[in-house]
Amino acid sequence: MNDAPPKRRTWSWWHLLFVVQFVAVLWPPFYNSAEPRWIGIPFFYWYQMLWVVISAVITAAIYLATDD
Amino acid sequence: MQDVNWIALSIFVLLFGLISWLGFAAAHWRKGDLDLLHEWGLGGRRFGTLITWFLVGGDVYTAYTFIAVPALAFGAGAVAFFAVPYTIVIYPFLFLVFPRLWNVCRKHGYITAGDFVRGRFGNRWLALAIAITGIVATMPYIALQLVGIQVVVGALGISGSGLAADLPLIIAFLVLAAFTYSSGLRAPASIAIVKDILIYITAFTAIIVIPIELGGFGKIFAAVPPQKLLLAVPGPNTTGAYGSYATLALGSALALFLYPHSLTGILSASSGHAIRRNAAMLPGYSFMLGLLALFGFFAIAAGVANLPEYAAGFKQFGNNFAVPALLLHSFPSWFVGIAFAAIGIGALVPAAIMSIAAANLYTRNIHREFINKSPSDRQESQVAKWVSLIVKFGALVFIVFVPTQYAIQLQLLGGIWIIQTLPSVMLGVYTRWFNDWALLLGWAIGIFAGTAMAVAVNLKAAYPLAFGGYTFPGYIAVYTVILNLVVAILLTPAFNALVARRVPADQTAAADYRA
Repeated sequence: MNDAPPKRRTWSWWHLLFVVQFVAVLWPPFYNSAEPRWIGIPFFYWYQMLWVVISAVITAAIYLATDD
Repeated sequence: MQDVNWIALSIFVLLFGLISWLGFAAAHWRKGDLDLLHEWGLGGRRFGTLITWFLVGGDVYTAYTFIAVPALAFGAGAVAFFAVPYTIVIYPFLFLVFPRLWNVCRKHGYITAGDFVRGRFGNRWLALAIAITGIVATMPYIALQLVGIQVVVGALGISGSGLAADLPLIIAFLVLAAFTYSSGLRAPASIAIVKDILIYITAFTAIIVIPIELGGFGKIFAAVPPQKLLLAVPGPNTTGAYGSYATLALGSALALFLYPHSLTGILSASSGHAIRRNAAMLPGYSFMLGLLALFGFFAIAAGVANLPEYAAGFKQFGNNFAVPALLLHSFPSWFVGIAFAAIGIGALVPAAIMSIAAANLYTRNIHREFINKSPSDRQESQVAKWVSLIVKFGALVFIVFVPTQYAIQLQLLGGIWIIQTLPSVMLGVYTRWFNDWALLLGWAIGIFAGTAMAVAVNLKAAYPLAFGGYTFPGYIAVYTVILNLVVAILLTPAFNALVARRVPADQTAAADYRA
């Protein structure tokens, strides 16, 4: 809230980790199949649900690595 | 219609009464002077990480979402699951862009996206375009929240003819209007906590109990017709369903935090850190949304569409009745009451925030800019309170007198329109390079092209773009925001050359964007 020089930069190489989740979920050929199933759920569904969890973990990791 | 379900109705009314009381009591929570617009309309920017989580979660994962996404899975199958990648790719944007926007808004007392653009580019017409886009895109969204209430009220067995049929809806809205007027953003923030707990209880109970009742996930997915189970594999020379699926997810994600209600939720956070933490915590809601999408398949497997007791509901509400029918079919009345209350209350939270956000836009970027240039704090907050009432009343009239289909189509167009504010708002957070008039022209061309494309495909989201012998079906919002951006980039040097020696109008400094 003052004009002092910022203590940290706003860009970090850690942010590139975000690209991983974009590629993983925005390219349907990766996951548009029924097999392998998990407890009867087709791959298409559990893969994307799993990525919700992974993306949260990635975001948390980036937060911890970049936010002081 | 089936008989009135008294047990479910009693619990529904009881919970509704509880949150109504909470909405009024919220005026005294983290008390501030509600005659100041940022106190009424942003809760004084005092919400920490957890409250922001409930508020933004209740705000962007709306009751209509919880009805419509499973309904789409029920009717169209795999394509409904785009909601999952959509809510995955949102969060990098939230993490990177919006803490910067929060910082600059806090520093300069900006309350809306229009305020920011006005300060950044010094052009009140561009700010007006941002404000009008926001208000117009929000109105049908509020109306759709009412559809959520209508469906559960209908499912409770309450029916009537003429105005009596809409009476529960009118009562719910009068309550909503009253507590929004008196408590501002504090009301939906406090109600969101109750509502989200109810929603989580419903979702996690249902995801365990219903598959057991139906004999496991294997049996459920076996009941889904094969052509609905996966995306159609594209033929030669087209990206087919893959292209529309991915662009729908990406475009919806880009649009989401440009909506005024999302921005209001974010700006009410107490710090940029709270926003970043939420980018890691909000996927909790995405996970639940994915589970809810599966409810559409549960409804197929349970065969509710063919049961005579739900025939009238499906006739009246179409596929939107799939989830209420599934819950009625699978659970005892008392639990149905809790679940329906979660959906009904779930409609009030975003509806309140949307009306507040639209009121903030009108007050700051239209009224203050063009009608009364120097209002007192009290006058300004008073205008906002009245506009929030008018906006809600408009949505109510719309949903009572106009077929639901129009609200759905307008909401689709709203997504295409709101994304056209991306260059000014999201890129504006990073650069002042763009010429303001070039941005305005890019916006206008994006709105026009997007509307024309949507009309050309009978108001569907995807347009089959043909190029060099290939066809790329994709979300119109993505195609037109690229067009918008190209126009703005090409015209910026041209306009800058026309007006030589431009006075830099930027009120913000680079340091304002950092914590």
